[in-house]
Parts: sequence; C-alpha cells; structure tokens
Amino acid sequence: MFQSLMSRASTPSRVMITVASLLFLITFIAPLWEISLSAPQYPEGLSMQIWASKFTGDVSTINILNHYIGMAPITADKFPEFQIFPKVFGAFLVLGLLVAGIGRKALSALYALLVVCFSFMALYDFYQWEYNFGHNLNPDAAIKMDDMVYQPPLIGEKVFLNISASSWPDIGGIAFVLAIVLILIAVVWDFGGFSRFKNLKNFRKRRESHVASI
Amino acid sequence: MFTSLKKKLLVSIFVGLVVSGSLVLLQKNSLAEAPKAAIASNAAEKVYVAPGKYDEFYAFLSGGFSGQVSVYGMPSGRLLKVIPVFAVNPENSYGFSEESKPMLETSHGFVPWDDSHHPWLSQTAGQDDGRWLFINANNTPRIARIDLTTFKTVEILEIPNSGGNHGSPFGTMNTDYLVASTRFAVPIPQKDVPLKDVKEFKGSISFIKVDKKSGEMSVAFQVMVPGIDYDLAHCGKGPSDGWCFFTSYNSEKAHTLIEVNASKNDKDFLAAVNWKALEACVAGGKAKDVKANFVHNVYSDEVHSAKTTRLNTVKTLDLLSCPGSVYYIPIAKSPHGSDVDPTGEYIIGGGKLASQITAYSFAKLQEAIKAKKVVGEFEGVPILDYASVMAGEVKKPCLGPLHTEFDGKGFGYTSCFVSSEVVKWKLGTWEVVGHMPTYYSLGHLMIPGGNTMKPWGKYVFAMNKITKDRYLPTGPELNQSAQLIDISGDKMEMLLDFPTIGEPHYAQGIAADLVKKNQKRIYKLEDNKHKYAVKNEEEGKVVREGKSVHVYMASIRSHFTPDNIEGLKVGDDVFFHVTNLEQDWDIPHGFSILGANTAELLIMPGETMTYKWSPKAAGVYPFYCTDFCSALHQEMQGYLRVSAAGSKTPIKFGTGKDL
Repeated sequence: MFQSLMSRASTPSRVMITVASLLFLITFIAPLWEISLSAPQYPEGLSMQIWASKFTGDVSTINILNHYIGMAPITADKFPEFQIFPKVFGAFLVLGLLVAGIGRKALSALYALLVVCFSFMALYDFYQWEYNFGHNLNPDAAIKMDDMVYQPPLIGEKVFLNISASSWPDIGGIAFVLAIVLILIAVVWDFGGFSRFKNLKNFRKRRESHVASI
Repeated sequence: MFTSLKKKLLVSIFVGLVVSGSLVLLQKNSLAEAPKAAIASNAAEKVYVAPGKYDEFYAFLSGGFSGQVSVYGMPSGRLLKVIPVFAVNPENSYGFSEESKPMLETSHGFVPWDDSHHPWLSQTAGQDDGRWLFINANNTPRIARIDLTTFKTVEILEIPNSGGNHGSPFGTMNTDYLVASTRFAVPIPQKDVPLKDVKEFKGSISFIKVDKKSGEMSVAFQVMVPGIDYDLAHCGKGPSDGWCFFTSYNSEKAHTLIEVNASKNDKDFLAAVNWKALEACVAGGKAKDVKANFVHNVYSDEVHSAKTTRLNTVKTLDLLSCPGSVYYIPIAKSPHGSDVDPTGEYIIGGGKLASQITAYSFAKLQEAIKAKKVVGEFEGVPILDYASVMAGEVKKPCLGPLHTEFDGKGFGYTSCFVSSEVVKWKLGTWEVVGHMPTYYSLGHLMIPGGNTMKPWGKYVFAMNKITKDRYLPTGPELNQSAQLIDISGDKMEMLLDFPTIGEPHYAQGIAADLVKKNQKRIYKLEDNKHKYAVKNEEEGKVVREGKSVHVYMASIRSHFTPDNIEGLKVGDDVFFHVTNLEQDWDIPHGFSILGANTAELLIMPGETMTYKWSPKAAGVYPFYCTDFCSALHQEMQGYLRVSAAGSKTPIKFGTGKDL
C-alpha cells in the first residue's frame, strides 16, 4: 500500500490535475454562485452574483426589498471570505501545478482531500450565511409573518411571499465543481479504478482480431 | 294684445320647426352622401398588440396648443408618454422645480406656454437615426431638442429676429442644420413703427447648426429675406441636399384682414434656398455680427439642472450680398406643405385653396437657374418661370391639398383639409389612385419615415382638426381626432380611430427598435453632480444660510431622511433638494408640502430635484411622497415645524428619533 502511494502518478492523471488547476483561474474571472429572484413587479428578475472576492448585480435593490422583512443589508464588508477565497483558489492553482509536476500518487490523493474538504466547508459556510440572513430579522421590520423564515435555498428554488428565489452555481462555481471531478477522476485513475479503460488498446486489438476471425 | 302675442309666438314656433326640420333633412342628406371609409375586415387584428407586447413604431405627435409632444405606440394607438417641452407640466415638476425653470426662460422672461407644431427626428444619410427629436415653438420663436434616451427636453434655443417660428425645424439629411423661418414679417431690428408701414417689415430664415456628437444647437447664421409670411419647409436630400424649400403666403404684404388681403394674388412663392451657397458666403466673410437678444437653455443629466445663457449677437447675411442663394418659384396661392420625395428629385407643394398638387423638379430647377428662366423679381429675389421648374401637376386630387408624405414605393399621400380625405397618387405619372375619407378636416398626415429617403411605409396616420361626433361627447370642448390607415396594400384601408392630445400639427414615426435599444433606465447615483445631491441617507442635513434654508434630503423606500425638521421660520425660503436614492427602474419618489404655491416634485432614481417653499404662517406642516412607490408609500411622510419670524427655535432634524 505504502509503495503504491509513493509510486509515480500516470501521465493522464497528471494532465487531468494540470487542467483542474487551470480551471481555478476561472474563479477569478467569473462569479461562483448566482441567487436570482423573480416577482410580479420584476418581470426581468433580480439577481446577485457571488464572486470569490465580491458581490455584483442588483444587490442594492435586493437590500431595499429585504429591509421590509427586516433582513440585514448584504454588504461586502461583512464577509471575511472575500479576503480568504481568492488566496485559497490561488493556492489550489499553484499546489495543483506542483502536484502534477512532481507526480506522486500520494500527493495527488492529498490534494484531492484538501480540495474536497474545502468545498464542503465552503458549502457549509454558505448555508450558515443564508441561515443567519434568513433568521436574524430586525424585530422592527414592517412586514412580519408568523413562523416565516426567509432563508434562500442552498441550491434550487423556493418561494417567499411574492418572490421566487433560486440559487445555482455560476460559471466560476461550475469550473470549481469540474476541477473537483477531474481531480477525483485523476486519483481514482491512478489507484486502478479505471483498469478496464487502461487496457483499451488491448481491448481494441482483441476486438479487431475477433472481427477479423468472423 | 294677448292674442297677437300668442299669434306671433305660434308663428315663430312654426317657423322654427320648419327651419330645424329642414336642417335635420339637410344633415341627413349630407350624412347619406358622405363617403364611408373602407374599414378592413381584419382591422382589429392589424392594430391589436397583445398584452405585454410592443408596438412596431413610436409615433411622436406635436401637441400644438398644448406645447408638448405626445408619444403613441403604432399601430395600437396606445399613449406611451407626454413629453413636456414648451409648457409647464405640474405632473412632473417641469417648469416648477428650480432645476427645470431655466428651460422656459426667454428674452421676454419666463414663458409658461407655447404652441408646438412640427416634430422632426434627427437623420443620418437621409434616414431617421433615433437620436433626437426637434420641435419648434410657434409663438415665442424657439426650437427644442428632446433626447430620445431619456425622452426629456434637454435644450431650448430662442430664435432672434423672428416674428413667429412656424416653418421649422425641418433639418437637412445629415442634421447639419435645422431651419427656422419667420411666419410674421416684423421690423428687424425691432422698433416702434406704424402698422401701415408693413412694407418696411422684413423676414428672416435662420440656419441652426446641430453638433454631431452632443446635438447642441447654435444659430449659425440668418439670411434676411423679403418680408412675406413663411409657412412650412423641408430640406432636400440625395441630389437636392444643400437646398431647403419654404412655402410662403401673403406676397401682397397685407397687414390686416389677411384672409382676404393675402388671397388676392393668384400665386404665392415657394422659396428655394441654397444653404451651401449661403454657408460659403458666410465663410467668405459676407455676414455681419448684429446685435440680438436671445437665450439658450441647456439641461444636463450630470447636474440634473438646466442653465440659461444669454446671447447678444447673431450672424446675419443680407440676401443681396449672396446672389444665387435664394429663388422664388410661383406656387398656388396660400400654400402649406413643402415636401421632398424620397429620391430628393421632387418637391411637392400644396395649396390650401387650390385644386391641384404641384410637383417641382430639382433637376429642372437647376437647369432653369442655369438658363436664367427668370420672369421677374421680388425685392431682389429672382422669380423663376413656373413651367420651367414644374415637373407635373396632380389634377383635381381633392379640395385643399395640404401636406404630403411618401411610402417609398413611388406614391405620395396628400392630406386634403377642405374635402377631409387622404388622396394617394403616383409620382411621375401624377395620377390619383385612391381616396380615403377622414373625420374631419384633415390637417397633417404622417407615414413612418415618410419624409426621409427610406420610408417604412405601412401606415398613414391622419391628424384631423375637427372631431364632432367621432367619440362619446365631452361637452363643447373635444380632443382632436386621428385615424390610422393601412397602406401596405394597393387600396388604403381604415384601421383605427382615436383622440389625441392638444392639436397635433405634424408627427414623426420611427421603427421602435431604433429608439428602444438606447433607453436609459435610471440615473447613476455615482454620476450625480448636483450641488445639493446626497449619495446616502447619512448625508441628509439642514443648513441655514441667513433667510435661506437648504434641506439635503434623501428619499428611498419608504421614508425621507430627514423626515422631521424644526427651526424653519416664517419669511424663510426653504429649498428642499430631494435625491431619489433608488437605483431601480421605475421607482420614482414624489414630494409635496401642504399649502405650497408650486407643483410636486417627481424624482427619478438617482436624480436630485429642488422644491422651493416659503412658509407664511407658523405651524406644523405635513409633507409626503406623492408617487405610489411601495406597499408603505402611504407611510412615506414627515413633518415640518415652522416658528414665528423672530423666534429662537434651533434647526433640528432627523429620521427615526425624537429631535
């Protein structure tokens, strides 16, 4: 086991990890997540994009609507994540390239573990924020509904009063998910999870000879 | 005594019955004889724009005596907006807010009303480009520019040395110049002369330069012309670019009972003006700077305010110093429209009293000038031979042909006032191919792009002067009526009939996409450079400067900051500078105070507007948001405390706390 851990990673797996690291670049130029709202008064909808380092979109308009239910205004200075996330993604990019360059199975596995752990933490963090914004409402709010909470969905769609909210990964988020998938495939590949495909060449040869014999 | 009175009464009743009976008969007969418009069987379908869908065209109608411009969707006939231009509009504070008051400033002081006649869309290469709409003020001579990204009047330029700006603004095919010709001859410069000395009166034709980038207007030069009454105009295009054509009346130079005295001569004049030649004469130093007194008002979206600049000289050019620049061509008396066909070759002149439409040829005009086919002279202007310039006559088209537009498929459509109809005729053969009655007494008509080189065609929009029984009656005063006619087929078909605002004298139609794509939705708060703007609620404050008090107020759903103010005093001038902090489309806020002698503010997102209030008695005055901005709009309100003139009440203000 230890020997196999220290053994060299295969070329396809290293290529996949390289591609995955480069995908982290996208998190710098595209938003990770999008929360969009639609209501009768907003035929074109309202949306806010969550980037690694900022918010964009109709945040001020959404804040104005939220103040009626006593939700705290969403402002960038409340989120230390905007300082941390770009550094983490930058680190993932550099680490990934190093891991691919050095090419050890053990390092690949460690890298995968790191990225997956981070992604779960990030999702949990996102959920926490949504919970806080949705539950900690100003008691002086103009609109008060018994038992009503305004926590947006982690992923998917939900209706609050006249507003339907949806929450889905944006381009940066999709790139992040793709990177994780690629890293996991790379690791599984190296640990023999795709042995059938590795013998593809042999398989083809055998098939050709089989066809020829017919 | 009694019986004779009774007899008289009986007799008069009898006479009355006979007279009214015959009137009824007459009316019945005339109704029976009135031609019925062919209403297309699928007319409803053709004008139906489903809920949530858009019209194909914007139509901009002048407001006439309303002084404004109304914007309709075409073909639905839905009213989209009324744009205030030359008249105050309490509904959105135009002419009442401190920022908009300078727009209506003139050399005669603040003028709250005018008569807006001819809208004209800016053109590039002879086609509507959807950037600006220009329109003239007929009474106090001015031209306004409306920005089509905001549908707001952003500039008004006064025209000096003019006695009424009717033949205007009809620009050139690349919007190099707009024209302004004086309707009344007046002494230039103005002076006190007996009215019978009308022969001393002069006319002027002004060329207004339009800046290609900003659209800003300036009086480039004025040419002094014989003092007859200039009526309507259009400039050339394609081959005739470089020329403008003005109809005129009163070649008799009458000054009283014009309807009789100005109809004595059988022909009046069509003035052909070579503006490129005039431009060259001006460049050659032939123009003089003459003293004049006029104003230029410009509105800026950056400071959300208008500013008046007073001007005191204008370049004028004596006609005689620039020979070959102006020619008169005889035209049927009391003409109206002067319209150039899409190819730029034909100039169509109507005569309100004539029974023919005359088409002049631009090519023939050039030949006639070269061959010196001059039959006379009018105060130094050569009169060209009618037959040498005339290309053809549409014989007996209707009664009172007034104004012509084109469909781009080789047909002209002329409005006929007296016989109340649209007549369709063919360019080149000059034969009449169709009639469509309108209701009643058609003034101007409009085809989308119908005065450009590329008309969209499709519809004729007829703007009538008399309404009578077209709609449910509304007492003695009725709105003007208009009809939409389908011209996509060989035969004209009546589609729709609806009342309009004011008295439209002309209209412009443009494909909706050309305008729609440039629409501004909000004013960006960070770009707001108004001196008294607030960028957030924390900046709300009250500052006293002697007897003036400036309130820096923020409005955002659903409160004002500050919404409680104390320390105002009788005798103060209080200026409420209200900034709408919203940055969302269609969330305006309003503002008004009980008893204030002004109109409300209606403030668009990101905009700052100022409301001046001079409290006259001590007390507590409520104010509130006048636009239903949100579910808590009704709660968007506040109090002002006014103390006696000499009191010591300190200035205090706030929102959400006791002062």
